[in-house]
Amino acid sequence: MSDLEAFRTETRAWLEENCPASMRTPAQGEKDICWGGRNFNFQSEDQKLWLERMGARGWTVPTWPKEYGGGGLSKDEAKILAEEMKRIKARSPLTSFGIWMLGPALLKFGTHEQKLEHLPSIARGEIRWCQGYSEPNAGSDLAALATKAEDKGDHYIINGQKIWTSYADKSDWIFCLIRTDTTDKHNGISFILFDMASEGVSTKPIQLISGYSPFCETFFDDVKAYKKNLVGEVNKGWTVAKYLLTHERTGISEMGVPTPLNRLAVDKLGTNDAGELPETMLRHQIAEHEIDVMSFMFTMERAKDEAKAGNEMGAYSSFLKAYGTELNKDRHELIVKINGSDAFEWEGQFSNNGEIPRTWLRTKANSIEGGTTEIQHNIIAKRVLGLPS
Amino acid sequence: MAMVLNEEQQLLKESAEGFFAEKAPITQLRKLRDNKDETGYSADLWQEMSEMGFAGLMVDEDHGGTGFGCVGAGIVAEAMGKTLSASPFLASSVVGASVIAAAASEEQKAALLPAIASGELIVTLALDETSKHDPEGTALKAAGGKLNGLKTFVPDGHVADKVIVLARTSGEPGDRDGLSLYLVDKGASGLIVDRVISMDSRNWAKLTFEGVDAAELLGAEGKAMDVLEPALDRCRIIVAAELLGVAQQTFEVTMEYIKERKQFGVPIGSFQALQHRAAEWFGEIEVTRSAVLKALQMADAGGDIRWFASLAKAKASKTAELATKEAIQMHGGMGVTDEFDLGFFIKRARVLQHLFGDYNYHADRFAACSGY
Repeated sequence: MSDLEAFRTETRAWLEENCPASMRTPAQGEKDICWGGRNFNFQSEDQKLWLERMGARGWTVPTWPKEYGGGGLSKDEAKILAEEMKRIKARSPLTSFGIWMLGPALLKFGTHEQKLEHLPSIARGEIRWCQGYSEPNAGSDLAALATKAEDKGDHYIINGQKIWTSYADKSDWIFCLIRTDTTDKHNGISFILFDMASEGVSTKPIQLISGYSPFCETFFDDVKAYKKNLVGEVNKGWTVAKYLLTHERTGISEMGVPTPLNRLAVDKLGTNDAGELPETMLRHQIAEHEIDVMSFMFTMERAKDEAKAGNEMGAYSSFLKAYGTELNKDRHELIVKINGSDAFEWEGQFSNNGEIPRTWLRTKANSIEGGTTEIQHNIIAKRVLGLPS
Repeated sequence: MAMVLNEEQQLLKESAEGFFAEKAPITQLRKLRDNKDETGYSADLWQEMSEMGFAGLMVDEDHGGTGFGCVGAGIVAEAMGKTLSASPFLASSVVGASVIAAAASEEQKAALLPAIASGELIVTLALDETSKHDPEGTALKAAGGKLNGLKTFVPDGHVADKVIVLARTSGEPGDRDGLSLYLVDKGASGLIVDRVISMDSRNWAKLTFEGVDAAELLGAEGKAMDVLEPALDRCRIIVAAELLGVAQQTFEVTMEYIKERKQFGVPIGSFQALQHRAAEWFGEIEVTRSAVLKALQMADAGGDIRWFASLAKAKASKTAELATKEAIQMHGGMGVTDEFDLGFFIKRARVLQHLFGDYNYHADRFAACSGY
């Protein structure tokens, strides 16, 4: 038996033993997602147990090095783990911006001490992170940000405001872009980490058209941040931020194969004698959409294989982000069409308690957050296609 | 299977692209058109392609081919889509070879496949009967040992040595059962071949069957669709690969053009109005490349490929349509001149989009395969 086959056998046995039965059912929306953190309200004992077991093994972050709390797995092993989890329909034990965004940036730009201090608590789901990038006057033009740091020797005093900070009100720490030099736009930004429990930090959730409030306004009023938590070089935070955004974009576009719309439509509307959806134009629209979805899913598979073969993704992630989010918006427009007036129920059984219309509205932000589709197109035009400015 | 080309396939890609760029650039197609060439392709080129092993890509090694399979043929078809090299490759090396491999007896394979693989024998398929692709709608009758009826859109039908004919031996047009494949020689008594000069400067033929001998049956009588459909699906995916080549080439040419062409004192490629469309176009080509590669790999892996074939053909048709339209628009007036090559690409694209089922045909079939 090859090493990989042996790994598969062991993994299968371990998952069989350790994954609680209730964690082998599909997550039913937001409430079943485990974000971890100091104040997280676990949905069940099983959810907590599953996170603890996977976290202790480093399998919440399978490819991170063991010394930083990861699983130390190779890409092939990580793929096997993912396959085996999928096989038993195991839920993801932990969803976290720490894993998805900060981790990769720390692994690349952090010092050994910074990695030791922050990565293991991310892996175990003990600290929940949020991202402080956008400001009221720095959206697509992110480098125009003005929240500033005053040098006080071993620490900075930070003043300013962030906006669109996802789950700031529920997060324990923040990774933040702060202006440390006002004379240079791009080369005057630093990437700093600090505790959201620090004095002077306050948050205010923003209610969205979906009725959800995933984003906050975040205010810093003389907040103390230690210099040992500045990642990379002073005034070179833009480099870290760009790298991190690449990961964020890849992540946004890596949502996994969604349930085909035709299945939702057939469940809802049935089929005619020919075995086809009774609404011809809807059938047409769904087919058109699913052709694009599957082509895109194969593209993500190809991108992963290319990366594995050593071909860097770089700005390619901008294309994945733009294409994936536009598709997701289309998907939810079609879900609304499939459900007809049932989709309008803000509360009620036919819309899964408002989830259909609320999720539809939530997807409108997909092509705005993490850099708008238009910004991604600018990046593709310049960095992939080499078009002149 | 990893969705990247292996070393052997990468080498094939490089050698095919180099070969067609050097030996059969688009100027050759232009010359064939302007000279009203009798055959519509260069016999010398076909000879060289055969020596390169291209004619035998889809033929297994036991029958004298190179056994590269669909991924290999797709790589070469994509390269041909970039240069629009004219040859009986698609008609014979892809379609003829696939159908014979799927339908013929061991004896027939031994007689035909080596000659196809060496390029000596050109075999095509007579399938469509109306302006729409509809295999089950076949009406051409095989009865009393004779074939009677009409076929159209037969690729390279004017130069084929043998024609595979889909004929109805029982049932009614629209029935899946009751169809059979026959092999007919060029020059058979009662077979009238009318060459059609196609807008893409390639050729197809209308064939009239007036009591042609139905002597040689390929496969089981009445059950042609069981073997023809999977064979056709392989061909559809390779047509999709050629469409991908068309899309890729028109894109690259256009990107070069908008970097150079100046208006208002700056390259027009600096305008966001074009940049964003270019970015979207790039994305469509990328996802098409994935759909095509996936389908090619699945075709080589065996099993039911209907869903993959329709996905790839539909997506490639749509993207090639977008690509050829955008290429002309971004080239402005130059795009609609015959002096510029884009006309060749848009014409070829539309013919390939239609061949073996267009976007609508395959989107519909994709839905049907998915159970709606």
